[in-house]
Amino acid sequence: MTWLIFAALFWAATWYLNSWIANGPHAKTRAAKLAVPVIFGITIIVVWEALVRGLQVPSVILPPPTAIAAKFATSIPILWQDFFQTFVKGALSGYLIGCGAAFITAVLIDRSPFLQRGLLPVGNFIAALPIIGTAPILVMWFGFDWQSKSAVVVVMVFFPMLVNTVQGLAATDSMQRDLMNTYSASYWQSLLKLRLPAAMPAIFNGLKIATTLALIGAIVAEFFGSPIKGMGFRISTEVGRLGLDMVWAEITVAALAGSAFYGIVATIEKGVTFWHPSQRG
Amino acid sequence: MNKILPILTVVAAIFVLWYAAAIGMNKKWALDQAGRAGIELSTNDLIADTWSQDRPVLPVPHQVAQELWKTTGAMVLKGRAMSKRSLIFHGWITLSATLLGFVIGTGAGILLAVGIVHNRAMDMSVMPWAIASQTIPILAIAPMIIVVLNSVGIQGLLPKAFISAYLSFFPVVVGMVKGLRSPDGMQLDLLRTYSASGNETFWKLRLPSSMPYLFTSLKIGMAAALVGAIVGELPTGAIRGLGARMLTGSYYGQTIQIWSALFAAAILAASLVGIIGMIERRMLKRMGVKP
Repeated sequence: MTWLIFAALFWAATWYLNSWIANGPHAKTRAAKLAVPVIFGITIIVVWEALVRGLQVPSVILPPPTAIAAKFATSIPILWQDFFQTFVKGALSGYLIGCGAAFITAVLIDRSPFLQRGLLPVGNFIAALPIIGTAPILVMWFGFDWQSKSAVVVVMVFFPMLVNTVQGLAATDSMQRDLMNTYSASYWQSLLKLRLPAAMPAIFNGLKIATTLALIGAIVAEFFGSPIKGMGFRISTEVGRLGLDMVWAEITVAALAGSAFYGIVATIEKGVTFWHPSQRG
Repeated sequence: MNKILPILTVVAAIFVLWYAAAIGMNKKWALDQAGRAGIELSTNDLIADTWSQDRPVLPVPHQVAQELWKTTGAMVLKGRAMSKRSLIFHGWITLSATLLGFVIGTGAGILLAVGIVHNRAMDMSVMPWAIASQTIPILAIAPMIIVVLNSVGIQGLLPKAFISAYLSFFPVVVGMVKGLRSPDGMQLDLLRTYSASGNETFWKLRLPSSMPYLFTSLKIGMAAALVGAIVGELPTGAIRGLGARMLTGSYYGQTIQIWSALFAAAILAASLVGIIGMIERRMLKRMGVKP
């Protein structure tokens, strides 16, 4: 009971603190913008811990954060092995191949308006389909190891990336292209100096969407068969053994890896598209 | 008209590539069989064989279409539309979970968005997490939700719907917040000169002007909800639903079955998103928003 009262009080106190900061005079500062979500996150974790303890929720349903942290700390070698298998071997290789192939395809079809008009609607259509369903097929073709996960990731990231790159390459207006023409710039010169730089915001949009898709693809593909390591494998087997603290530890790794991956791509974007209005803010 | 021809060309090219790839990928098995029977295959026979195997590595489109017809239309004609072998039955299982989850997720998403727009503290604390959570592979926790809800005693439709709801929730929140904030200062000022209350501003200005944003996120959310329902059927070895068809197909090497389930899912996704698009066009037209 004390735990429950503590949870309610803690929630009320931090909520009051947050609304005081948010409605106060310093709400627009960087520190406030960082502090408020951090306080909220800490509140969630503390309330979660207190509720699990107070209501005596069995750990096979929801383990408390401290148990997850303890499991995380003691099983770092396994987590690292799974991370390496799923993220580096499966997701990252597929991401590079898929985005690279989509980029090259986009530059090639950009030369033909006919192909552009045909491929864009088809690509948009395919990007909206449940492509994850191809996972069992690709696992059958490429075997249980990381190659099949990489293939699933390639298929998943290809179309979003293609559509975004093609749209980006069309982003220049006719005035800018005319200027390149008056300079008598060749195709390659205008591509490298005008159209690719102008396409970068859209390309990075595609790259950012693809980061999440890559991780999802690699993990879900492991549900259809994998060697005895990998994040998806660990999640599905530990769930079967009701080792929920290990599952949450893997989810933490997935969340950290996903956010870090996204963060790295977003940082590169900031450096490359420094001229774009959305970055100058 | 100048759009249809290029699209048809691209689709035709995909089909040609598909048939050609099927020859290459199914050739080994055909040659093996012929070698064992001691028959020399002519090129024509070889091609015919690769396009009509029972368990090909890559089934060709007409095989998939036949299987789709056999498990949907033909079943209906026989009056067994809801038999366990019918894709309509499995599709309905998945569709009901998708729709239930979609409704829950969208409703909760809109409510949270309204809260975020009207409460600064909520905006500053929840919004960064809502955006950050999109970079997290949420689908990875699908098996856990299924098993945990199972152990609490909730089975069947609800766990899958829960995953669908979770996946369609965040796109709707982010889209709706953007939409509810889209009226510019001039419009808000006009309502202030009318001395409109906060409630009136919401119903007469913010909500109508958020509609284009809402429909865009509804389309994303619907596609995500379907993926969630399909993935929700995988981990527990479910026996019903499109995801279960894919899983059993991959266990028993029934490639045609996997492909037909995949196409059924694709058709389902396309028609759901298409329906939302149709409602969007109708509604925005009546509201006088330019397309």
